Formats: sequence, C-alpha cells, structure tokens
Amino acid sequence: MSTTRASNAELPLQQYENVVIRFAGDSGDGMQITGNQFTHTAAVLGNDLATFPDFPAEIRAPAGTKPGVSGFQVRFSSSDIHTPGDQPDVLVAMNPAALAINIKDLKPGGIVIANTGQFAERDLAKAGLASNPLTDGSLKAFRVIEVDINQRVKEALEGSPLSPKEVQRCKNFYTLGLMYWLYNRPLENTLKWLGEKFASKPDLRDANQKALQAGFNAGDIHELFQGRYDVKPCTSMPPGTYRNIMGNEALAMGLVAGTELAGLTLYCGSYPITPASGILEQLASYKNYGVLTFQAEDEIAAICAAIGASYAGHLGMTSTSGPGMALKSEAMGLAVSLELPLVIVDVQRGGPSTGLPTKTEQADLLQAIFGRNSEAPIPVLACSMPADAFETAIEACRIAVQYMTPVILLSDGYIANGSEPWRLPKVEELQRFPVQFLTKAPEGGFLPYARDAKRARPWVKPGTPGLEHRIGGIEKSHLTGNINYDPLNHEFMVRMRNDKVMGVRDSIPTPKPMGPDSGDLLVLGWGSTAGSIASAVEVVQAKGKKVAAMHLPHVWPLPKGLDTIFARYKAVLLPEMNLGQMARILRSEYPGVNFVSYPKVQGQPFFTAELVTKIEELLQTKR
Amino acid sequence: MTLDNAPLTKKDLKSDQEVRWCPGCGDYAILNSVQGILAGLGIPRHQMLFVSGIGCSSRFPYYMNTYGLHSIHGRAPAFATGIKTANPELSVWMVTGDGDGLSIGGNHFAHILRRNVDVKILLFNNEVYGLTKGQFSPTSPQGMKTKTSPMGSIERPMNPVSFALGCGASFVARTIDTHQKHMEQTLLAAAHHKGAALVEIYQNCVIFNDGAFEPVAEKSVRDDKTIDLRPGEPLVFGKAHDKGLKMAGWEPAIVEAAQADTWKADHASPGPAFAMAQMQSLPGMPRPIGIFRSVEAPLFDHGMNEQVQRAVAKKGKGTLKDLIYSGEMWTVR
Ligand code: SF4
Repeated sequence: MSTTRASNAELPLQQYENVVIRFAGDSGDGMQITGNQFTHTAAVLGNDLATFPDFPAEIRAPAGTKPGVSGFQVRFSSSDIHTPGDQPDVLVAMNPAALAINIKDLKPGGIVIANTGQFAERDLAKAGLASNPLTDGSLKAFRVIEVDINQRVKEALEGSPLSPKEVQRCKNFYTLGLMYWLYNRPLENTLKWLGEKFASKPDLRDANQKALQAGFNAGDIHELFQGRYDVKPCTSMPPGTYRNIMGNEALAMGLVAGTELAGLTLYCGSYPITPASGILEQLASYKNYGVLTFQAEDEIAAICAAIGASYAGHLGMTSTSGPGMALKSEAMGLAVSLELPLVIVDVQRGGPSTGLPTKTEQADLLQAIFGRNSEAPIPVLACSMPADAFETAIEACRIAVQYMTPVILLSDGYIANGSEPWRLPKVEELQRFPVQFLTKAPEGGFLPYARDAKRARPWVKPGTPGLEHRIGGIEKSHLTGNINYDPLNHEFMVRMRNDKVMGVRDSIPTPKPMGPDSGDLLVLGWGSTAGSIASAVEVVQAKGKKVAAMHLPHVWPLPKGLDTIFARYKAVLLPEMNLGQMARILRSEYPGVNFVSYPKVQGQPFFTAELVTKIEELLQTKR
Repeated sequence: MTLDNAPLTKKDLKSDQEVRWCPGCGDYAILNSVQGILAGLGIPRHQMLFVSGIGCSSRFPYYMNTYGLHSIHGRAPAFATGIKTANPELSVWMVTGDGDGLSIGGNHFAHILRRNVDVKILLFNNEVYGLTKGQFSPTSPQGMKTKTSPMGSIERPMNPVSFALGCGASFVARTIDTHQKHMEQTLLAAAHHKGAALVEIYQNCVIFNDGAFEPVAEKSVRDDKTIDLRPGEPLVFGKAHDKGLKMAGWEPAIVEAAQADTWKADHASPGPAFAMAQMQSLPGMPRPIGIFRSVEAPLFDHGMNEQVQRAVAKKGKGTLKDLIYSGEMWTVR
C-alpha cells in the first residue's frame, strides 16, 4: 500500500478500535483542510468515520483570538460508528486560544499537541489568558506534547522561494504529517492532492509536500511520542464501493438524482446563506448534468423563480436556512395554492434571527410544518446523516411530483458540513417515477384542477397547444381552477389540499424500531439526532436493557402505524435540538403515549454519553 | 383543437372570464391594445404567457386566453425570470403597477431589468393604490391627500423611466392609456425588442385618482404638452409641429422645429435618455413619451441555458453514474 509508511518500526504500534482527533487553530491556519485530508486518508484506508467541523461565523476574526478559533473533529474506527465522538482523544492546538476553547472537551488523559511557537506573551494576551497553560499546571490531567511548529516549518523549508509568511502557512501540513506518523497513515493521498491542488503553483506544492514529509519524519527523529497507534480498517462495513461524502454534497446529488428519476430538468433558485450555500455551489458545478442554477437577488426571488420554473415544467427547488425560510413563507403558500411541485431545502442553524449561523439546531420543525398563513399543508422530510441526505432528497422529489405539492426537506448544520463514508447505490436499482405531463385535453375537456387517485392535479407545460390556462393565488374553483369566492368551495378546497398532503402517508413506509420490538423505552428521533441515538441505544442494549431506537425520515405527515409501535413501550424518549417541538406534535397526535422530551439547544449535537445517562436515569425511575 | 398556423384574432386572445375592473378604468384600453398587437405577432397563443403580481393591473392574466400566472405582491419579475429561463421559447409578458412594481417589488423590478431577461414588462402607473382603496403610491405627487396621507404626502415621487434607465434596462418606453395609436406602436416596439422591455403606461384610475394625467394627456392639450421620442426622427412637438428640443449644455431647451435634434435611443450611454426622463423637473418642458432607450444587450435567459450547453459540449452529458461514482472511492469486499 504505502512506501513512506512505518519508517520507524522500533516504536511499538498500539492498536485502537477508534480514535477521535480534534484539530484546532486560527481560522487562517487551515484546520478544515487539515481535517479533511486526515479524513480522506482514513476513508481510503477503509476506516469507518464521522466528522464534525466547527467554525466561527466570522470569516477571519482577529488572528489569535478566541472568536477566531476553527476546529475540525474526526473520528475513525475499525468498527461501525454513528457519530464523530463525544470527546477527542487528541487535541491539536495551534495557538493558546485554540487550546483554551477546546481543552474542556478533551478526554481525561488525552494528548495535547501544542504549537509552542505560538505561545509567546502576546499570543497569550490575544487569547485573553493571564498565564501560560503549558506552564501553569492547568494541563496536569493530560499528556502534553510541545512542538515549536513555527520553527520546525521554517527549518524544513529553508531555501524555499516562498516568503517567510507563506512558509508559515505550511504549518498545517507539517502538523498533518506529524499526525500521520502518530497514527501510522500513509502520505500518498495528501501528496497527490497537493500535487493536483497546486499544479499551477509548483513552489507552493513543493513547500507543502515538504512540510508534510518533515512533520512525518519529525515523529521519528524528535522522539516526541512514546508509541504509535493504529486503527485497522473497519470490517463490518457492508461490501460495496464507498466514498466519503459531506451532507450538502449528498443532498445536492440526491436532488439531481431525484430529478433524473422523474425525467425532468432540475432548476435551483437560491440565495447564499450559511450553512446552505454549499448546495447552490454544488449544483452550480453540475451544469453538464443539465442543472440550471439561478442565484437570485434575495430569498424571496429565489423561491419565486423556482416556482416559475416548475410552472414551466422543470423541477424547481430552493435551498436556504431558517431566516430564509421565514422570507419564503408567502411564496410557499402560493405553491400550495398553485399545486405545483417544488422542493424547499432548509439547512437549519441556531436561531432566532441571525442566531448562530455556523452552529446546528432543529428548531425550524414547527416553522416547516405550520409556518405559513392560513391552512397551507406541506409534506416535511428530514435527513438524518450526511450520506442519507442523498436518498431523502430523492424521496422529496418523488413526493413533490407525484402529489403536485411543495415539499420541505430539513437538514441542519451538523449534517451539512459533517461527513461519513457513503456506500454508493447501484444506479440501476434506484426506483424511477417518471412524470407524465398532460399534453392534450382528456375526454370531456381539460380541467386544470381535476385530480387523480393521489388527489394530484394535472401538470401542463406552457407551450402545449390547446391547454392554455391561468393559475394564481386567489382561491380556485374545484376542477376549473377559475377564481371563486364561494364559502363552501373554499372549505372544500382547504380540505382537499389537506387531504392530499395527508394522503402522502399511503406511499411511505412505517419505520421499524432498532432493537427489541417492545420494552421499557423507545428512543425516537428525527433529523441529525439519528447517530447519537443509535450510539447511545447500542450502549444500553449491550448492558441488556430493553431499549429500542427508531427514526422518522417523514416528519409530516407522520407515517401510519406509529400508534401501535408506541403502545409496545412504556415510554418514548425524544431527544431534540430544540425545546421539544416534535414532542409537542406527537403529544397532540398520540394523546395516550408517555412522551418524554429531552431538549438540548446549545448549537451542538447530542453526545452519546449524555443520552446514555438520560436513558439510564429514565429506566431507573421507571422501575 | 387550435390550428397552430391559423392567424390569431383579437377575439382568440380573450379568455372566458368576466373582466372585473371598474367601468371607465384605463385598464380596459390597455387590455384591448395588448390583445390587438399580440394577435398580429405571429406567435401561437400557447407560446404566450402572462405573469403578474398583486393589484388591479395584476388581474390581467385572467383575461388573456394564453398561459398565465397571477402570483404574489411584487414578485412577478422573479416568477417571470424563472419561467423565461426555464423555457426561453415562450413569449413572456409581465403586468405590474406602480405599487406592485416599484414599492413592494422594487428589488425584483431592478434585477429583471439589469439582468436583461427577455420579458416584456407593462407597468400600469396610476399614481395611487387602487386595490387597497386609494392610499398614496411611490409615484404619487408630493402633497397628494389620501386616507394615509390626510395632510398630504411628504414623499418625493419616483420616476419609473429614470429608475429603469438607472438599472441598465435595454428598452425603456412610456405611453398613455387614452392614446391608442401611440400605445399600440410602443407595445409593438417592446414586443420586437430582444431583452427586458419596460413600458410605463400612464393609466387613469377613475375611482381614486381620476384625471391624474389630464394636464399632459388630455386630447386637446396632448400635442403641446407631450413629445414623442421616435428614434431617428427629430424631437418635434406641438399641435402645429412647430416646436423642437435641442440639447443646450447639460439640459434640453425648446427651439424652433427646424433646429431640433434628432432622437437616438441607442447612445452608448443612457445619459440623453436620462435627460429626457428628468425633463419634467424643468418648468414649461413637454412630457416625453415614446422610446427613451433601445439597445442590444446579452440575454440572461439565453446565457443561463447556453452555459449548460457549453458544459455538456465540453465535459459530455453527465450521467447519474458519473455523478455518484466520482471523487476518491474505495471498495469493501
Ligand atoms: S380602482 Fe382604479 S385602477 Fe383599480 S380597477 Fe378601479 S379604476 Fe381601475
């Protein structure tokens, strides 16, 4: 496999089942790239993995300050994992601010790799630290490895044509080299990536490759560590072809796939917003797949253009985050009234208002289900993991075209920027749902608001001779679609639209509990809590507890059969990154069930450990 | 079934819906003229599409026997952009008003013009809010008393033509609802323009702002109080065709007809068009109607689709398999 690998065989190689590393530094230190490279290499080595980037909302807060700290956590494992891990085993701290912010999360006894080149008086001052944590004894509980990365990089790149400032920018690759040595990883993958990335800038390419190699060699030469660690490939991953994928990218691909399976052209009207911009960017790069992208002047224009495109016969979609959802709500109501297919992606972030743009939350659930004037029902789906965003996006497209309705697809910051290995589906096995446009008047005449068995109205492409018709936001007559202010017709249409959306239940499966199909507790989740719930439930199941986990990809309408599942457990625990929004809905839909809400609204996902504690606490009180 | 090739008549373009504007409203004349010129364009009915926002004027699509979308307040330009970019073959017309287009929808209005989406935009300017019953609008004159401005509006009105020119619009014109011949000529010129074409139409609201344009538009004074900007023709006006306009320094001045400048709507800069649009702030000058600006500019709808074609030509049409099976992959056996 590798030639540069294991250059020093004298140090013992200790095997670990899984390791969590957090790279932390200044926004300008390139920690996201470092983390991504480590992840790619782990993926190619066959580890299961999960990542969690955590970066500030400011692009470049003042260098060296706490608000400027950017982090990237990666967990790689020889067994099946569902989360990026609660606590890092290793913290790489490029400066005092990064250390100060992240040290509280490090596992007791964990390793700190500190760049002493960045711990001078003024660096401590920028981080607002009164004393140096490396010398004041505050790191006693950890193994601290001090490396003057600034100096080492300078030495390694002596004679490079780069300026001293540019030389210092190679620090992250030196650090990555060091970590590759420590975890017995090959350099090839990153060397190749640098070669491609800096193909037109050979000086930068050479310097970064050299820094990487120097960091790796330093592990041998400088005797910084007592041992090296290894994490074997994960053997429990089902056979197949894999690639590492981030949530936003998987979601964008799912939309392209869903559109193709429907036999349509995808039209994305979006306005940049964190953390959803990646979807628009991704789709803009798919032009050779026939995707049309329109970066609109604002959130409202974005959805309106997408609706216009759907009227014209494409599959319109728009991607945004909470504040953008608020702006789009009037247009969503129009889409409900027009009964045109449309996919609205909400990559949720901390709120209200601007809130925490780069942090995750699930608090747009009620907004998604109910946040429009009047009775404006829209089916709502939620992705649970980065890779699963692909299939959920396809499902959103299917419902949109089969039911002639807007569909909201919820993701969140944790899914959008997180990554995991994705077992690639066989394209031939993806189920097609081709759209049949109405091309000529049926017998008895054309009625724009006639309905099929799913209560969907016909879809006519403007440009079709003989089927000219007008649609709009004013209440419509049943069948003809003409303007109609009649009270009874209005109620009929309100019920019709609602029945149509509730009818989506007929085409969605009932989810299955993972674990015992009856017992003391069902831990129920929707969205990105899936990984944490699965991990926590596995822990308590291993202790012999009668606890199951279940996940809801369809959050509105809720699938059939939930009542009988709920009835088989003494209680249903609902961890949510909001104040209990799904719990509120379920309590009104299933009044007899003992739902226990477990909210966490910190802009951070649930830790496995805190869920385990909560579950065990509940089991105790149940007894 | 409609015969594709049969020439259209005005009647073919009337929908079966009862027209519900107030009797005497200027909208009727506009509807009539639009149906008249559209019938002669040689475009089949099923290729025509009308989009509107909210307001009296925005009911327009319901009365056209074409495809139509009556959308939400102020957003018609965004819908029109989505439709036209999704299917550039359609002849897309947008109907809006001074409130819909310039107040709530000012943002989108600016962007459809600057992008040069090939949509014909009819802005019915009646200088008042009709559908919500008579409040002042962004084009209402200062001092106008309405229910929301009982002591007179303290707002300075905006000039739709100047605004459109400022947005870089490739075609900007103005006409008057009571001047059928001029309206039809102007609409026809807009219809033939490749790109976003704005036509401001002075439209009389008989209920809430009757006679707003009478001082310039009333038949007996019209020839003296307005000047028709006709590209390639001298800037002559007056009942006897005796007066003309000539640029004197930075501003136009009234001269004898023989000395008048020749109007050009395609100067490299929109400066002369601006000078005409702003002329009403100079006392005694005629109100310009006709074509302020008509220049060629790249079409946004074409550009968006052309990039897709270029990407396909360069990289080949991507399949789902290409998309999914890309990047760094590994196999688990
Ligand atoms: S209110 Fe004015 S603009 Fe509206 S329909 Fe009546 S006359 Fe026409």
